[in-house]
Amino acid sequence: MIGQSPLRTFIAHAVLILGILIVAFPIYYTFVASTHTLQTILRPPLPLLPGGQLWNNYSEALFGGIGRIGGVSVGQLLLNTTIMALGVAVGKICISILSAYAIVFFRFPLRMTFFWLIFITLMLPVEVRILPTYKVMVDLGMIDTYAGLIIPLIASATATLLFRQFFMTIPGELVEAARVDGAGPWRFFFDILLPLSRTNIAALFVILFIYGWTQYLWPLLVTNSNDMNTIVIALRKMVSFADADTEWHLVMVTAMLAIVPPILVVVLMQRWFVRGLVESEK
Amino acid sequence: MAPQLAITLVFFYWPAGQALYQSMLRQDPFGLRTRFVWFANFRKVLADPAYLNSIKVTVVFSLATAIVAMCVALLLAVMAEKAVRGKGLYRTLLIWPYAVAPAIAGMLWLFLFNPSIGSLAYLLRSLGIAWDPLLNGTHAMILLVSAAAWKQISYNFLFFVAGLQAVPKTLIEAAAMDGAGETKRFWTIVFPLLAPTTFFLLVVNTVYALFDTFGIVHAVTGGGPGKATETLVYKVYNDGFVNLILGESAAQSVILMAIVIALTAIQFRYVERKVHYG
Amino acid sequence: MKLFGFAAGVAATLTLLSTTSAFAVTQISWWHAMTGANAEVVGKISKDFNASQSDYELVPVFKGTYPETLNAGIAAFRAGQAPDILQVFDVGTGVMMAAEGAIKPVAEVMTGAGMTFDKSQYLPGIVGYYSKPDGTMLSFPYNSSSPILYYNKDIFQKAGLDVNNPPKTWNEVWEAAKKIKTSGAAPCGYTSTWLTWIHLENFAAWNDVSWATQQNGLAGGDVELKINAPIFVNHFQALADLAKDGTFKYGGRTSEAKQIFLAGECGIFTESSGGLGDIVKSGMNYGIGQLPYDSDAKGAPQNTTPGGASLWVFGAKSDEQYKGVAAFFAYLSKTDVQEYLHQKSGYLPVTLAAYEATKKSGFYDKNPGRETPILQMTGKAPTDNSKGVRLPNLPQVRDIQNEEFEKMLAGQQTAQQALDNAVTRGNAAIKEALEN
Repeated sequence: MIGQSPLRTFIAHAVLILGILIVAFPIYYTFVASTHTLQTILRPPLPLLPGGQLWNNYSEALFGGIGRIGGVSVGQLLLNTTIMALGVAVGKICISILSAYAIVFFRFPLRMTFFWLIFITLMLPVEVRILPTYKVMVDLGMIDTYAGLIIPLIASATATLLFRQFFMTIPGELVEAARVDGAGPWRFFFDILLPLSRTNIAALFVILFIYGWTQYLWPLLVTNSNDMNTIVIALRKMVSFADADTEWHLVMVTAMLAIVPPILVVVLMQRWFVRGLVESEK
Repeated sequence: MAPQLAITLVFFYWPAGQALYQSMLRQDPFGLRTRFVWFANFRKVLADPAYLNSIKVTVVFSLATAIVAMCVALLLAVMAEKAVRGKGLYRTLLIWPYAVAPAIAGMLWLFLFNPSIGSLAYLLRSLGIAWDPLLNGTHAMILLVSAAAWKQISYNFLFFVAGLQAVPKTLIEAAAMDGAGETKRFWTIVFPLLAPTTFFLLVVNTVYALFDTFGIVHAVTGGGPGKATETLVYKVYNDGFVNLILGESAAQSVILMAIVIALTAIQFRYVERKVHYG
Repeated sequence: MKLFGFAAGVAATLTLLSTTSAFAVTQISWWHAMTGANAEVVGKISKDFNASQSDYELVPVFKGTYPETLNAGIAAFRAGQAPDILQVFDVGTGVMMAAEGAIKPVAEVMTGAGMTFDKSQYLPGIVGYYSKPDGTMLSFPYNSSSPILYYNKDIFQKAGLDVNNPPKTWNEVWEAAKKIKTSGAAPCGYTSTWLTWIHLENFAAWNDVSWATQQNGLAGGDVELKINAPIFVNHFQALADLAKDGTFKYGGRTSEAKQIFLAGECGIFTESSGGLGDIVKSGMNYGIGQLPYDSDAKGAPQNTTPGGASLWVFGAKSDEQYKGVAAFFAYLSKTDVQEYLHQKSGYLPVTLAAYEATKKSGFYDKNPGRETPILQMTGKAPTDNSKGVRLPNLPQVRDIQNEEFEKMLAGQQTAQQALDNAVTRGNAAIKEALEN
């Protein structure tokens, strides 16, 4: 390990803490809001320190509050959202790692054409192509299904691009060595490529899980049954800026509930980011 | 590769083709009366001074957002690598805000950043800054860029951390033994090795700033004051989704796609040459 | 390919498990945009309606904000999957009316199901807005509100203003606002939500002046905006002048200004009657008054116009479904249902009977502010200037007006310039929309 001067270490910590303050403040603020009474929240500005309503708000929201306003139980909401987020993350990683593998390591006709065909999809977010996509879903009978929630979101090229970028850094000698050892394409993929891609897969999993978790417009459009609602839809349903009373204290609790699972994913994935001993001498 | 192509064809090219077709139609929202007008929508859009204005707005906004988001994230990632103690905790704390950004940001808006009564506005005003993004176009743009970049910092951070992890420690140690200082080590060894990640993020951030930000514009400024923060994608969204002018909105998204494809082609052709792989 | 197949298989199995409801009754789908306490009301009304009979099952589905709900309905219609009932906000009325082949007028739905539909039972100001020029009722008003004036009694006290006597005319508002500011009772005197809806559309109706030709667009055809008439110019110049020193504070294009009032920054506030709930719950010592009028206007105060949303019925459904829809609308018109809707949600009652019943119950004695918007809307028979405004592209025209107001409030142009520009750009946009 390389030694560092105390001053540099101090600067590093200071910068990080500042960064956390900026980036994480809204979450802290949500938490603060979820511990205050409705009346306090309604009379801005909101205090910077937590209030004393933690227990009351959370028990009210969890045992009936969210279900009463949203019409769906909290458990169902979380289940739907989890299925969707996992489906998007796993599905997209699987198909894009395979595509990137094919593009980088195989020579076949129209290779670059295919790459560009997929790559261009990066350029059109779901929201812009939403109406025609919706028509396709109706024609395929995928309204109100988990497949309908998940598959259209998989059709994008971010992950493919990332894997391509990463695979291109893999030295040619490694590929050559594998070939000399008589490893077939699948063995090369599973024994060498997959372990090397670990940090990238972990990073992507986090991003995609969160992407799936926080979707709003698409699930709203392709589900016609309340039982298929996700937590973000329930959240939006509880919030009225204009004409109705909003039980902000319950909304903030729901917001916290929407935050916790992605945090768990980040913490669990954390292990994967830390480079193991095995490949440290790559 | 087959699965991705299949999904892409069904859920992307088919809808995109529809959008292209739509861009040559004049149609009421319900599709009851349709006229095929060839390129009239394009001509109209390109002749509209408001559209030209929003191109300018978009250039400023996208550049600023991509640069701010990437620089801050890189700085934080490098610092997180250096901090030996608390590394894991720092990483977690810096990543998970991404989980909430889109879902909560819009709601927190009123309490935190609301130009007149949000806590942040209070702070700025108590510092004696006449902060009024509701009526001052420059303030509105600063606010918008901060919001858009803020949302992307965690994302970039995550990939920079993953990229830094892949830099062989042996190389850095070797350079250190050769007497290279820390700053020099970073710019001559680490940064070039990060190039593939940086390039990936450059593309993603450009696309993000151009496309994925209408939600933020909608929540933060609504394109105002006047048209000071009306970006291209917000215009597509507002004209199509809110005002239901389908043909012109489709024409705008086709133009937007063409711009980005061109931009990306340039990035691949010229920037990627400088990227150092393996 | 294997994985993809597996995922689809799992998804298909899950779908099968999740769709096991009974099909013995006719399902009526109702897509709505109601949030917060109003979402609860939708759930309760649907449940009660389903319990009240056994032939139909009403299924309410939340489809996002008003624009999102409208888009969902349009997308579904184009894909041949339209819901039976769609809730559309006031500014979308013009769009729906233009889509004659897509919708079925509520009047026809009711008579087709063998029910009589007596318009005189409903509040005239509301029914008029959702009818064709020939009087055929097109959609069923579900939620309506109207702008009123709120004031902070504590701030009035501090500024030495009469706490029991809110300003009645705009000039009185300006004077009171200045007093609040100069006395230091609050940093700002007056703020308002929805400048377009309150200060143009309702301003015109309440003062009985024309907002646009063709009965403000209700009669259809070539519509031209009239909002650069002197009475509007004077009104907006006054606002612009007050904005210079912060006596008037701009809060944003929609209802953001409510937060400014709740924070106690401004003493006087104009906003939809639907905004009352938050103000009550915040614990503020507030008072309510009628929407101010212009003392120069001869006919003022005339009547205010509704905002909110109505329920539209899509065409090409089965007779059985239309019967179900009609049964639901009949249920919704019942006095006790309307009373519940009105008292719980803060929206106006749709029927006169529900208003009378609520009055008799003593509800308004306890909640005086709740009657104000009804009185405003029913005081006088609506004139050609006060039935509401209707354009095929009202959201776009409002955007244009907001943009010009913002430039004016930032000091870049005068009220005359702002309103002239709004008229020129607005007329061009209307013409364009009519060509579609």
